[in-house]
Amino acid sequence: MTTRAWLLSDTPASRRQAIWGRRYQGWLALKRNPLAVAGLVIVLLMLAMAAAAPILATHDPGTQNLANRLQPPSAEHWFGTDELGRDVWSRVLFGGRLTLGMVVAVMALVAPVGLILGAVAGYAGGWLDRVLMRVTDVFLAFPRLILALAFVAAMKPGVESAVIAIALTAWPPYARLARAETLLVRNADYIAAVRLTGASGARIVLRHVLPMCLGSLVVRVTLDMSSIILTAAGLGFLGLGAQPPLPEWGTMIATGRRFILEQWWVPLVPGVAIFLVSLAFNLLGDGLRDVLDPKQR
Amino acid sequence: MSEPLVTPLVTIDDLHVDFPARTGWQPALRGVSLSLGREKLAIVGESGSGKSVTGRALMRLLPPSARVRAKTLRFDGIDVLNAPERRMRDLRGGRIGLILQDPKYALNPVMTAGQQIAEALRAHQSISRREAAERAVALLEQVQIRDPGRVARAYPHELSGGMGQRVMIAMMLAPGPDLLIADEPTSALYASVQAEILRLLDELVDQRGMALILISHDLPLVSRFCDKVVVMVGGRVVEQLAARDLAQATHPYTRGLLDCLPSLTHPRARLPVLARDPAWFA
Amino acid sequence: MIAAEALHVRFGAVHAVRGVSFTVAPGESFGLVGESGSGKSTVLRALAGLAPVSDGRLVIDGQDLAQGRDRAFFRKVQMVFQDPYGSLHPRQTIDRILAEPLLVHGLPEARIARALEEVALPPALRYRFPHQLSGGQRQRVAIARALIADPSVLLLDEPTSALDVSVQAEVLNLLADIRAARQLTFILVSHNLPVVAHLCGRIAVMQAGRIVETLDEASLRAGEASHPHTRDLIALSRDLEGA
Repeated sequence: MTTRAWLLSDTPASRRQAIWGRRYQGWLALKRNPLAVAGLVIVLLMLAMAAAAPILATHDPGTQNLANRLQPPSAEHWFGTDELGRDVWSRVLFGGRLTLGMVVAVMALVAPVGLILGAVAGYAGGWLDRVLMRVTDVFLAFPRLILALAFVAAMKPGVESAVIAIALTAWPPYARLARAETLLVRNADYIAAVRLTGASGARIVLRHVLPMCLGSLVVRVTLDMSSIILTAAGLGFLGLGAQPPLPEWGTMIATGRRFILEQWWVPLVPGVAIFLVSLAFNLLGDGLRDVLDPKQR
Repeated sequence: MSEPLVTPLVTIDDLHVDFPARTGWQPALRGVSLSLGREKLAIVGESGSGKSVTGRALMRLLPPSARVRAKTLRFDGIDVLNAPERRMRDLRGGRIGLILQDPKYALNPVMTAGQQIAEALRAHQSISRREAAERAVALLEQVQIRDPGRVARAYPHELSGGMGQRVMIAMMLAPGPDLLIADEPTSALYASVQAEILRLLDELVDQRGMALILISHDLPLVSRFCDKVVVMVGGRVVEQLAARDLAQATHPYTRGLLDCLPSLTHPRARLPVLARDPAWFA
Repeated sequence: MIAAEALHVRFGAVHAVRGVSFTVAPGESFGLVGESGSGKSTVLRALAGLAPVSDGRLVIDGQDLAQGRDRAFFRKVQMVFQDPYGSLHPRQTIDRILAEPLLVHGLPEARIARALEEVALPPALRYRFPHQLSGGQRQRVAIARALIADPSVLLLDEPTSALDVSVQAEVLNLLADIRAARQLTFILVSHNLPVVAHLCGRIAVMQAGRIVETLDEASLRAGEASHPHTRDLIALSRDLEGA
């Protein structure tokens, strides 16, 4: 039978067929949602462009040309030049590497750690739950930027410090989320059934509880993207994040702010880039959440 | 042959309902026909038989994506299929009441019982808030709640299943409907309360001269309280008979349903299993 | 085989089980009947370790459960839950659900196919998700899961209450067959008297957390009960049947 028929078979005959069939059907479900597809396309496009920055850039992002500063978009400089005469298009491209890289790094740190901490707290209950939640509360009590500032100030300012600092402030909501989902799931009969196999607590949490938290997690991750970018921008603005002349998007907006009225391209282009990425992630996340719940297919 | 003196309250002729599915249309009702006067009708079937869909089709409460076609779908002369939405809104709640299965989910959790009944009253008549509140308490008394004042002030989660169901009945009776559709009204209740609630419905329907459509999966239970029984399987009506003639049912599905129940008085080592004829579901 | 002595279960202020005592011999089928809130399900869950024991003793196969339940216990004792929609993990295939006890106990995977056959489920369903199965099919999976590690005791919490009547008959026949074939000890909890009478030889009637009467199947069917609550329950059942 054709590959497509094999994947769509109603009665899979092996584990492999069932898993791949499920993935393919998930993909089809996602495709049916045009907004989610748009989001996916934009995300992939921007990631690809960031990766291919050296090829796509027309100029070196760091080269200054003070005689050429604040030029409007033209054939030579597609998005014009900024206050130091650097090509905005190239800076946005290379900045994509920085900004998207920072966001992905933060998520890779934060999501798994928050998820596991929250699920363990929710499932174990008792003193472990209380201790973990009080730790979470401490982190949640501070405004994100201020706490990030404190961490960065203690370390050397720069992109790595910014990533760690943001990660340290971004994990609490994921722990909370995972804990809330776990509390819902914990009393379900199917978890009781697994407990009755004599499985260890760790196994139950990892293999049975965590998969139920993934849906909300995905949505949360995508919603957080823009907030993290802005936190990074804030840090950059205060000189504690990406250090100039690095073309991080947030920093570019912060330094280009004052030109918004006359030379709008300087802050606007990185702003539109952030907007597009956030929107794309949100759309994608929404679509993914629907797909990840097998019941809704 | 004498002509019927009164036109039936409800006439359904060849009702088809389809729901959109991944692979085209999924039929839920395949040509259902039944009629009802001022009497009590039980629609009995298992999950997926289409019994609930029938009740909701009559009130035009199906999701807009559903496809509804019928030769006739009338309530008291009104063509339900084509009536304007405003007319339907007057009908729903005003002349046709719907009681659902689980009062926990069907009652508004943030309003007290009294408030909800009063709201139902004021939706169809213009009376003052105070009068509505007083009438709500009176209605609670009519559904045999012993302490109507206290219950009127209680929230749904503070009430037991049986009480919650009585509140729902009171709410639906408030506007004085002609027809009451009860969709599995007792499935979430335990046995002794089930009988009480059904007896209550019985009395109220008789007192007010209403018609009742009782939708359930419990054949023996409903046949005791209704005049006519309609058995559905696979979206079709397979048997219609008077409730008192149930023991003489002829259709294999009805017989199978009656036979497969475990009995306290007639023990059997193995329960006869209902043989599902694929023709019923085609 | 199984003994409960003066069992008490409290959930905060709620005293759900108030001094329940009973014994079940090996191979016996014991029924617990009562209405909602009588505590019958709580007794079962206490046996399984899913509800906390506030007082009293539970003994299974000579082992006092106060000392904890080890993996061997869970091979011996298994449970089938009431709600077929809630007792199977919604994001796992049937195959994965049945594999879990095997993975935990280190048993061969071949048992999955055998388990499906035992409960008369077509192998085509093996890689489907629970939401793609009917209520009756799901309950069969739950039974298969309970049996897959070869237990000797099966705790059944209203196993057919959520099922259509025709499906209930099939599942009751299946349970009777399995019990005979595997020589299992059953404890069945239900509010449905005819169902309990069909499967159980000895029945305890519970009301408000206590056992008010214990009688055998024949007496139950004949209506020879002494406690008024039991008489009420029997009368109600008869009433519904005899119409």
